[in-house]
Amino acid sequence: MLPKLFFGYFAAMITILSLLAITRKNLVHGIMWMLLLFVHIGGLYLFLNAEFIAAIQIIVYAGAILVLFLFVVLLLNVKEEFKGRRFISSWQGRGFVAAALLLGIMLVLQYAVIAPHGKYSIEYIQSETHTKVLGTVLFNEYVFPFMILALVLFVPMIAAVVLAVKGRKA
Amino acid sequence: MNPVPLTWYLMLGAVVFIIGVFGFLIRRNIIMMFMSIELMLNGVNISLLALSHYMQDMRGQVLVFFVIACAGAGVAVGLALVIAAFRNKPTPHMDEMDILKG
Repeated sequence: MLPKLFFGYFAAMITILSLLAITRKNLVHGIMWMLLLFVHIGGLYLFLNAEFIAAIQIIVYAGAILVLFLFVVLLLNVKEEFKGRRFISSWQGRGFVAAALLLGIMLVLQYAVIAPHGKYSIEYIQSETHTKVLGTVLFNEYVFPFMILALVLFVPMIAAVVLAVKGRKA
Repeated sequence: MNPVPLTWYLMLGAVVFIIGVFGFLIRRNIIMMFMSIELMLNGVNISLLALSHYMQDMRGQVLVFFVIACAGAGVAVGLALVIAAFRNKPTPHMDEMDILKG
């Protein structure tokens, strides 16, 4: 009963906070709601025995990505949003499209069949500690994708600098 | 085992994803659209972690690791593009960025 109550709290909060985050007129308010949303999603990850991912969620999403968003919002003058309309004019029709998509996903989920269990049971992860198990899988089975990830993180670093500096002298 | 059914987690992930789609469709502010994309990625992450937990398999968590790293890279280059576009046309409204329209 208690786990279901906790899940209900987190599910309700995540739904409400994500709706709040995308409908705020002031961008900074939206980002602040989103910060709370990411903290709640991190809490939900703890229920799924993913402590490392929960920590990464807080550090990367709440700590880095949202700060980047805030930085850009405060750097640029986005006050024009206050004068214009908040939503596009035909938002009800797009709401129907989104609702239909949700209905489709829900229908498909009814027929989901779970695959056979792997070897990483809770007891095994508990005896090995979660981060160690994740690292073992990552560096044994997924070394090459991990190296590609390094490139994926390196190229945007150059790209961001090039894009942001290029037009400066004009 | 976890007494919460797996379907609940998958439904929560679907709801978060759809709210992200909805936000992407109705908002025309470029930064709001980026935030909606982040919301969609988070919905998928919830589904992946739930499946990883219920199938007792670590590959889902490795995938979430990759998704988070790629999301960080995408946001960095995307916001640099926003700054570059803002320099040419100082408006956050996407419908006014129609220079390429013939």
